[in-house]
Amino acid sequence: MLKKMSSVPYIVWMLLFVIVPLGIVVYFAFTTQDGGFTFDNIVQISKYTPVFVKSINLAVIATIVCFILAYPLSYLLSRASANYQRTMLMLVMIPMWMNFLLRTYGWMTLLENEGLINKVLEFFHLGPFQMINTPGAVVLGMVYNYLPFMILPLYSIMAKIDQSVIEAAQDLGCNSIMVIIKVLFPLSLPGIITGITMVFVPSVSTFIISRMLGGGQNMMIGDLIEQQFVGSAYNPYMGSALSLILMVIMLVVMGIMSSFDDDEMEGIVI
Amino acid sequence: MKLLKKCSALLASVLLLGTVPLSHAEAAEQVELRVYNWGEYIANGEDGQLDVIEEFEKEYPNIKVNYNTYATNEEMYAKIKSGSAQYDVLFPSDYMISRMISEGMLEKLDFSNIPNFSDIMDSFKNLEYDPTNEYSVPYTWGTVGIIYNTTMVEEAPTSWDALWDPEYTNMILMFDNSRDALGLTLKKLGYSQNTTDHSQLDEAAEELKKQKSVLQAYVMDEIFDKMESGEAALAPYYAGDALTMMAENPDLAFVLPEEGTNRFVDAMVIPKGVRHKKEAELFINFMLETRIAAANIEYLGYSTPQKSVYELQDEEIINNGISYPSDEYLEKCDTFINLPEEENNYMQTLWADIKASGSTSVWELIFLLAVIVGLGTVTIVYLRKRRAQR
Repeated sequence: MLKKMSSVPYIVWMLLFVIVPLGIVVYFAFTTQDGGFTFDNIVQISKYTPVFVKSINLAVIATIVCFILAYPLSYLLSRASANYQRTMLMLVMIPMWMNFLLRTYGWMTLLENEGLINKVLEFFHLGPFQMINTPGAVVLGMVYNYLPFMILPLYSIMAKIDQSVIEAAQDLGCNSIMVIIKVLFPLSLPGIITGITMVFVPSVSTFIISRMLGGGQNMMIGDLIEQQFVGSAYNPYMGSALSLILMVIMLVVMGIMSSFDDDEMEGIVI
Repeated sequence: MKLLKKCSALLASVLLLGTVPLSHAEAAEQVELRVYNWGEYIANGEDGQLDVIEEFEKEYPNIKVNYNTYATNEEMYAKIKSGSAQYDVLFPSDYMISRMISEGMLEKLDFSNIPNFSDIMDSFKNLEYDPTNEYSVPYTWGTVGIIYNTTMVEEAPTSWDALWDPEYTNMILMFDNSRDALGLTLKKLGYSQNTTDHSQLDEAAEELKKQKSVLQAYVMDEIFDKMESGEAALAPYYAGDALTMMAENPDLAFVLPEEGTNRFVDAMVIPKGVRHKKEAELFINFMLETRIAAANIEYLGYSTPQKSVYELQDEEIINNGISYPSDEYLEKCDTFINLPEEENNYMQTLWADIKASGSTSVWELIFLLAVIVGLGTVTIVYLRKRRAQR
């Protein structure tokens, strides 16, 4: 009884602030200005295909870069001494204590043509390089902001992998590459899945990074949705339809990801 | 424990002391007036200036002002329309006022409660957005022009064409806002910025797509940083904000293009169904008082629609060619009016198209397809393998 009672506040909270808003988004997505039912909002989205393509591409690139950076780091971290691990994790976390907007603003002043990096390069008679207002800068912003979300799940799963498993593989004649493919990779798969989801989902829906670092020329889905609600477009019906499509894309990605996940959980048990 | 009790009793009595006399004395007529204004759009007591809200509360001790701010007209509109917020006084811009009037969202003002309205210049009465002037009282106005860095741009630009000049490739900024961007492009082409002619709009959109090759970025508030630091050479922006930037960086200058420009007016209105209409009108009247309006204008750097305040302005400001353009020039300018829903939507489509144009290459599509195919194959292979293992 007590158990049941104690879950009530959470259920009420979820209903009020998760389920109901989702319902409203779905309702708005299929409604016209006058309150009638329509598919028009969804159909109209095809006009924005380039924005979707761009967003997904940049998010995929950012996810891949995050993975390439985070995987070796997480492995080395999980094999280091306890003290070293604690310090390094702390260093990964520290930037997250500061507001996300401020950090992105910081990158803006670093990357500008008259910014710090170009000033330093100029001193060595190099450059100036065009860094800001490029898709690369947007990817950099995403990688910088979401890298910890890749490192943390990877690290926690790798810390659980027993060193003796790796030694056993080596004893049985695996070289380092085979150890990675046959042992490390399958065992760390759940962490990889979580990491990819946790980087891809916020990357694809990000909106302020592309405006600050992409110079507004690399419009993403998030920017488009923001414009529909508080920007000059003001069309919450269209905005809801866009949000709905974005959620469907994320659900599909997460669905594919979880098909890997289930299996590996069993793998660990075995 | 005892100490704790004592402390809390003390605290309670202090709190009570603070509230009791006030509520006792004016309990009968204490009124809360909710004002919704643009961010940083009222003199707030910084740098020894007048704190307008405080002055108002001093003059009318029975009215307590609850002051909130918004960043865009649309944000304010969404809040009022959905009924999620109730306010007594709003400060929308021209086209938003005409939209709110047409949707019946505004209350007619009782001008007998606003005697200071007589101080408003005749040229600011009965404007396009409120042709009979029953709903709004102008607060500030301004124009859009080109701000440029004199160390990078040798000859002062005279026309909007400067924003398309390949000589300044990668040094030009542009409005990240469909109405302003399309508006000035229409002006450049010699059309009205309130046009609903699709062929003219399409032409403007083509022009904006061409501009992308010389553009550094689309910006709104980021412009302050970029112009002041010399990151960009040319940009269109609002005159009042240009003065702020020029104060930061003396190399900056501002011109009004010869084709004419957008003249915007921000005005005070009262939304439908307010509880304290009389107090709201009192507030509007107070905002028009010369010393109050002068303090606001000094803080904002925008232009005043009031005769008495205009007379108080420094010779320097009046003649700087920015704040108060000549009447002949103003002839060439027009104010945004609200466009029908379909036209607004059409403009949005054009805008999204402009911003996304040229950015999707064949390679991007191929990359996306490769990712989808790759992810799909990996999944299928993986699932098959898993099944085979069982």
